[in-house]
Amino acid sequence: MTETQALIEAVNRADSAEGLLEAVENLADARTEVAIPTLVEVLRYNNPGAAVAAVDGLINIGEPAVPYLLENLDGYNYGARAWAIRVFAGIGDPRSLNLLLEAATTDFSQSVRRAAARGLGTIRWLQLPPQERLPAQEKALNTLILASGDGEWVARYAAVVSLQSLGSLMTETRRDFVEKIEARLTQIKETDSEIAVRARAQLSWQQLKGMVS
Amino acid sequence: MQSNSKQNFGAETSAGKSSADAQSFTAEQAIANLRQREDLGARYYAAWWLGKFRVSEPEAIDALLMALEDEKDRAPDGGYPLRRNAARALGKLGDTRAVPPLIRCLEFPDFYVREAAAQALEMLGGAAAPALRDRRCVTALMQLLDGGVEAAKQVPGKPHLVQPYEAVIEALGTLGATEAIPQIKPFVEHPVAKVKYAAARAMYQLTGDSFYGEMLVQALREDDLQLRRSALMDLGAVGYLPAGEAIAETLAENSMKLIALKGLLEKEIALHFRESLILSEESIKVMKLMDSLL
Repeated sequence: MTETQALIEAVNRADSAEGLLEAVENLADARTEVAIPTLVEVLRYNNPGAAVAAVDGLINIGEPAVPYLLENLDGYNYGARAWAIRVFAGIGDPRSLNLLLEAATTDFSQSVRRAAARGLGTIRWLQLPPQERLPAQEKALNTLILASGDGEWVARYAAVVSLQSLGSLMTETRRDFVEKIEARLTQIKETDSEIAVRARAQLSWQQLKGMVS
Repeated sequence: MQSNSKQNFGAETSAGKSSADAQSFTAEQAIANLRQREDLGARYYAAWWLGKFRVSEPEAIDALLMALEDEKDRAPDGGYPLRRNAARALGKLGDTRAVPPLIRCLEFPDFYVREAAAQALEMLGGAAAPALRDRRCVTALMQLLDGGVEAAKQVPGKPHLVQPYEAVIEALGTLGATEAIPQIKPFVEHPVAKVKYAAARAMYQLTGDSFYGEMLVQALREDDLQLRRSALMDLGAVGYLPAGEAIAETLAENSMKLIALKGLLEKEIALHFRESLILSEESIKVMKLMDSLL
């Protein structure tokens, strides 16, 4: 048995919450693609500690985990789907874009909307064919503007952070996008009901304007 | 607590429309259910419901004040379930008419009625401007600390101490009761962790001494997840700025860490707020930590 197989075995054999957590952490640390199916399986266990470790492991493996997760989402329980959204948000692979777009505004869990909104700001756009890039960015922009009006402060906060990320990629190429983002940030920094969201909008706005580093 | 309840209030606004509809439809029903004497279960539920949906009209307060005197609804342990629920609801409804009856509840034999009353007095007093706070309630709360740490022992056969020390001490801290400092201070060495940290939190609120802020930071390293969560809420509520990194690193849900850091950020902004929003170096640091937890 290879070392990785032994680590996988340990996850399958774990018979306590702590045992499982430790086994998942060890497998995640191996950073090997062979671990993907096992780590994805752990997302279904309804064990938050182990799921966090599995999410971290899958994010570290990165893009190779994306197609497997996408293919195995069907028929998933809600909890596992929520964890998968976090993995996608952490990797930034454009293949998960549609799921993030949907989750950012429609998921009933605020922490999933928050992660999805943040994920839309970390997509690696250059991996898309050039002709698909702009339409996809426009979709992300519109979704983030919608998400910045979410009922939960933390989802609005995440949307503000991602609006900044998106805007900073476009300062040279699409002034119209940047202006739209700056206008929305101005509105938020002046009117949001939460001072923390207003402060973050102020910071995003200043950073887009190049006023602070 | 203050920052949490604000937080929860904001959280409910997204569902605000539908609950407002439910409210206009059944607030009357809930009050009627609370007033009748036959169905104890319906009374108990109605008291909870009025608090949950923030029904603060005078009729609701009247009915809850009546429920606070109830003798009929008794638990197997001799306790008064309806009184407990009525006290909790009155804390949420912001009507200061409830203060004197809640003060009387602090002397009631049922531990959980005393605990609910202390929490309700914290909420009612914490929401009021410092000058308008009821000092009688401070005196009554302080009396529950009589005998000090020495007297603060477990009741044999019960899962609680003689008095609801955690709730009492937290209330005194939120109410800014500096006269209670000498009584609260020894409780930072109480053997029960929750009581110890409640005292640390109150002492930080009352003195601003970072020694007590650091005690709460220490609590973030406890083995017990519940204690770490509670320390997160406490640090957020008091806005202890040097705790930022420790909050970001503790083992707990990101959503709770974000709420705690939001509390720090709000305190820092309030400190620098003049005409407009000023972003200090410190507040930018807190926001960077928050960004990393999204």
